[in-house]
Amino acid sequence: MSPKIGIIGAGKLGTALARMFAGSYENVAIINSRAPDSLKLQLQILLPGVQAMEVHELIKWADIIILATPLRQYQTLPLSEMAGKIVVDAMNYWSPVDGKIAEFEKYADSSSELIAQSIPGARIVKTLNTVAYSELEEHALPKGDEKRRAIALAGDDTDANALVAQLIDAIGFDAVTIGMLKNGTLLQPDTELFNVRVTADEMYAVLDRLQKV
Amino acid sequence: MEIGVYSFGDVQRTKDNKLGSTSDATKNLLEAIQYADKVGLDFFGVGEHHTEYFPASSPATIIAAAAATTKRIKLGSAVSVLSTDDPVRVFQQYSTANIISGGRVEYIAGRGSSTESFPLFGYELKDYEALYNEKLELLLQLNSLGKNESFSWDGKFRPTLNNAKIVPQSDEPFKIWLATGGNPQSSINAAVHGLPIAYAIIGGHVSRFKPLTDLYRAAAEQYGPEGFTPEVSFAVPGFVADDAKDAKDTFWKHWHWTMATLGKVRGFAAPSREHYDYESNEDGALFAGDPEEIARRMVEAHTQFGVTRIFLQMDVGQMPQEKFLHAIELLAKVVKPRVAEMLKETKHES
Repeated sequence: MSPKIGIIGAGKLGTALARMFAGSYENVAIINSRAPDSLKLQLQILLPGVQAMEVHELIKWADIIILATPLRQYQTLPLSEMAGKIVVDAMNYWSPVDGKIAEFEKYADSSSELIAQSIPGARIVKTLNTVAYSELEEHALPKGDEKRRAIALAGDDTDANALVAQLIDAIGFDAVTIGMLKNGTLLQPDTELFNVRVTADEMYAVLDRLQKV
Repeated sequence: MEIGVYSFGDVQRTKDNKLGSTSDATKNLLEAIQYADKVGLDFFGVGEHHTEYFPASSPATIIAAAAATTKRIKLGSAVSVLSTDDPVRVFQQYSTANIISGGRVEYIAGRGSSTESFPLFGYELKDYEALYNEKLELLLQLNSLGKNESFSWDGKFRPTLNNAKIVPQSDEPFKIWLATGGNPQSSINAAVHGLPIAYAIIGGHVSRFKPLTDLYRAAAEQYGPEGFTPEVSFAVPGFVADDAKDAKDTFWKHWHWTMATLGKVRGFAAPSREHYDYESNEDGALFAGDPEEIARRMVEAHTQFGVTRIFLQMDVGQMPQEKFLHAIELLAKVVKPRVAEMLKETKHES
């Protein structure tokens, strides 16, 4: 059965992802920080086939939740309701752009691990944070194309990783699993794999060189 | 169709290849605006930035200086970071410059994709959206006041105003645009407020913005004020030279420097030449080419999106001033008439 994908955040990234998922999956929903009604025109013009929901409803409904909101806003979400769900962390702690946040500033490990701590019981996968939203739709290619770009993912739950890898493949990219959530540090701003346009083979070469996997 | 330029006040290289002074950059910027007016360009925008290589931190001041020393060109911020400014002060500055210019001044309100002004002026990024929404509301109200009308205001981010007089007022309000880099809600906001919209398309393909301009027009129809006519402009990086290859190679060098420098600060990899070629050809966001190619692409944007103004950021990464001025001249004297000619032909054909 087709997984239910719920996207939190209807900005540039959330909208692009919703449109791409709707091309491959039947059940895609999106929310912004306002009421679902506020997305009426956006659904009609930008996101045909996508539904808008209220936040509690979306969290309950979705099999996979995608956090595509600015990092400074994620704590306003009803995080405890996400227990048991697969939660894709597509956010970045990116202080030169978004400003410093004290708790992330003092936390040396991957930002996704800190986020995982605040969503107990969720199966967190870090991915989709390394590609500029503008490039997602433009760089998508069919499976087997030798120029197909890779997107890395990291997570502690093997089944969740596999399911998210399918999603990435479905929207036109090769998924490269780079291991546990702690390896999310390899995908953060100011790393070699952040915003780089590489194929899966090229990405494996970088990883070999970094000797992390 | 209006054709223009925007600049962040690019700093030059000195003869011994060091980064030049912000003082010289400021003088160069004013010179470029005056030259653009002389050769007949339609619009010049000054974009607020606070770095040693983009020092145009105070667009209102440059615009006021240009207002007094130019004759026809429209002048605007492109963009100002309204979120970290005081709308009362913004109104006074742009109103003053508008009076001096004889009604040629515009204000393009941005949220700030570069966020240096937030710590500089003591604002917090957690208020990013709330700041912009409140300040835009206040500025729009100020700009629609009747003659000598007293004004009261109560908001979260500035002191309360009680029957205040906000002066001077120009005979007609200055034009206010809403700027956006592609967040869908911004397109709706512009339409709801009945504002013209300026899309900054700085990467990827231009056609990516088609759904957004459709959204803006649909929102204008559904939620816009009565009698409001939507108006769309595009701001793109680009460069014009007599020869196409020279234009693309020259812009590559300077654009790449800028992206690599920004990448170092923000932690992303510098784009490759292959990536640049992808974005500077056909439908790409970078309008670098000879006058014929740029004219053709502007006409395409007009036909495809109903765009009525396109303005290029040409002086990036220490673009030599003489190349910048020559590009301005080409835009005004070759591209502009060629665009007019092509639009006329298109009309005849249809």
